[in-house]
Amino acid sequence: MSTNSTYYIPHKATWPVIGTAGLMTMLAGFANYLNGSSIGQPLMIVGLSVFIVMLVGWFTLQAKESESGMYNHEVGISYRHGMMWFIFSEIVFFAVFFGTLWYTRNLSVPWLGEGATKELLWPTFDAVWPTNGPGKVGGEFEPMGAWGLPFINTLLLLTSGVTCTWAHHGLLAKNRDQLIKGLLATVALGFLFVCFQAIEYHEAYSEMGLTLGSGVYGSTFFMLTGFHGFHVCVGAIILSVVLFRSTKGHFSPENHFAFEAAAWYWHFVDVVWLGLFIFVYLI
Amino acid sequence: MSAAVDEHDHHDDHHDHGPEKGLLRWIITTNHKDIGTLYLLFALTMFFVGGSMAMVIRAELFEPGLQFVDPAFFNSMTTMHALVMVFGAVMPAFVGLANWQIPLMIGAADMALPRMNNMSFWMLVAGVLLLASTLFMEGGAPNGGWTLYPPLVLQPITVGKALPFAVFSVHLLGISSIMGAINIIATIFNMRAPAMKLMDMPLFVWTWLITAFLLIAVMPVFAGAVTMLLTDKFFHTSFFNAAGGGDPVLYEHIFWFFGHPEVYIMILPTFGVASTIIPVFARKPLFGYASMVWATASIAFLSFIVWAHHMFTVGMPIAGELYFMYATMLIAVPTGVKVFNWTATMWKGAMTFETPMLFSIAFVVLFTMGGFTGLMMAIAPADFQYHDTYFIVAHFHYTLVPASVFILMAAGYFWLPKWTGHMYNEKIGQLHFWLSTISVNILFFPQHFLGLAGMPRRIPDYAVQFADWNMISSVGGFIFGASQLLFLYIVIDTIRGGTGEKVSDEVWEDAAKHGLEWTLPSPTPYHTWTTPPTSVPTEHVLDSH
Repeated sequence: MSTNSTYYIPHKATWPVIGTAGLMTMLAGFANYLNGSSIGQPLMIVGLSVFIVMLVGWFTLQAKESESGMYNHEVGISYRHGMMWFIFSEIVFFAVFFGTLWYTRNLSVPWLGEGATKELLWPTFDAVWPTNGPGKVGGEFEPMGAWGLPFINTLLLLTSGVTCTWAHHGLLAKNRDQLIKGLLATVALGFLFVCFQAIEYHEAYSEMGLTLGSGVYGSTFFMLTGFHGFHVCVGAIILSVVLFRSTKGHFSPENHFAFEAAAWYWHFVDVVWLGLFIFVYLI
Repeated sequence: MSAAVDEHDHHDDHHDHGPEKGLLRWIITTNHKDIGTLYLLFALTMFFVGGSMAMVIRAELFEPGLQFVDPAFFNSMTTMHALVMVFGAVMPAFVGLANWQIPLMIGAADMALPRMNNMSFWMLVAGVLLLASTLFMEGGAPNGGWTLYPPLVLQPITVGKALPFAVFSVHLLGISSIMGAINIIATIFNMRAPAMKLMDMPLFVWTWLITAFLLIAVMPVFAGAVTMLLTDKFFHTSFFNAAGGGDPVLYEHIFWFFGHPEVYIMILPTFGVASTIIPVFARKPLFGYASMVWATASIAFLSFIVWAHHMFTVGMPIAGELYFMYATMLIAVPTGVKVFNWTATMWKGAMTFETPMLFSIAFVVLFTMGGFTGLMMAIAPADFQYHDTYFIVAHFHYTLVPASVFILMAAGYFWLPKWTGHMYNEKIGQLHFWLSTISVNILFFPQHFLGLAGMPRRIPDYAVQFADWNMISSVGGFIFGASQLLFLYIVIDTIRGGTGEKVSDEVWEDAAKHGLEWTLPSPTPYHTWTTPPTSVPTEHVLDSH
């Protein structure tokens, strides 16, 4: 830790309360929408707009402050702590759904097909994964295979991890061209991933009978891949912002927390996908 | 590292900034003391809101039969009382203490991420607003219990229109807690005065550091669980639906994987405050500092591997019952270490009994009792008898009210003079203590008997053989509730000048030996530790050196 440096402490913050109001309005709108109220959708749109304005405003402010040299080394450490533990909380969030998949496949589905449950309740139920349960909830469906689009998507994401690191090397070597090209490739691969996933979902719904309502297989499949897809979108948007800032000449080999945070997030999304590919698609 | 306070956008003025003028100060503040105050006042408000709900419950249970409210509303009250007290009162109160005290105690100028600090608080308010809004909705507030178990909580009659609001409220409260926890971790690791090593930190800081890890590790779990409730209800998923291959018991596992660490999130900072107060009034260093740190960490670790003791009667394999029984009993070891350490700290101390110390001693005794009933219920076969009776209600209220809440009161009496520069009225403080301590036992002790006799929890009416103890319990409840108005009076009175006596920097005799905050002026200036202290008191850690 350096001595006699100054730790930047802002004295007021208007964006947090604006963002909170936006998020709360959006969620109140969503809840109303789910309850079938007509004010739900307008509230959601207003809330989301406010939230987006907050994101743009707050991050613009951060970028401006960072570029004007207001953040010293210690501030950077605080931000890294923040990002690291935020990603940790995200890992836990995904762990819940992976845990759900594990519990369902290894415990609750087998229990449904044995003992008194089988004899008294569902004598014809075969407890074999994939399943939509003894009630055949959601009707006949075809499970999603691993070696089509999902495998291509695995390659895309793995490649994007490499291009992201290549961009980082460019940044460290003061090679702005490499930085921008690397980021451009990463963002493109990310959005391509999302496109392929959209195609995959479309096939599932229109041709395979596989929906969110297809019993516990459909539930776990779409919940896990859906939340992951959402995180890919968020990660790609973050990287796009970093790309935009790179073209504006932001970041130096010593000071590029935003790039690092985005890269960490991207690798996290990448690793989650590997887990998904193995546990959801492959086995 | 030395931290200096810097300007916002413009660099026209390098003097220390005072607070903003007017109401806006409280909305856009990034000052850890302002935010701490906001948290504490919000928590105090919610304590009375949740308390009023408890009064409704005790009024209805005063006599058998249905008196005042209809059963669905009664169930809303039990559900909302729990949610409001846990997420609106106890947790925010400790975050408030953390905001005020951690920077003062570790020699930091502020929290590490001040803007996020502001957002954590407002997310809390937003979450509680969404939750409270359900009280005024068609169908009323959630009434399936604070655990929100499916399939009950997914039935139209149980939720009305409240479920999505409750779910999103949990999301916002989770975001708030996670941001708060991240801030605390970053502050403790990154903002500590260089002179303060980890094993010099006051126990309040240690317990909060460990609590913060618990928060980050379990709030997303609760968020995930309620998200699945939402999709099961509105998006046709089958996570908790056996017909679709799911399992409602899965929800209980996920919930309690969150829920058990959650109760320790409320008790570990309690331990920290007790370990801070008792040495000051015993005029001795804390006995066994290092063992306190390790005991806290052990309890936190164990909290992750004991969750299914909340579900002994759900139908688990026998190996599971046995494992969770023994693992749960293990918690008694580090907890016992703590109780013995507090007792040993007081042993042969030159003790005085000001209000904070009285509350802390009551905490040690009454929390131990709550711990012992916990051990009784850890015994799986015995728990089959106690499960879902008033015995469990008595147990967890002993660990929360005369433990967490008493220690929050103690913390108020202990630090308010430091924060405000005014002394509270000791006579009224002691009156508050004795009224609270006597009434809390009248309130909760008979519930042990009711539970052992078989009275189920969460019902508005009961068989006549339970009438006497219920009436006594209710009387205790009303006295306890009314006594808390004294605390409200004292807080307001102290802020407005208290006894008029000017308190010294140390406030309590030789307190500066025990913690950095007592070396600062009273009242604490708006900005403190703009240059970090060069030495730190080590009285509290003598044993570990």
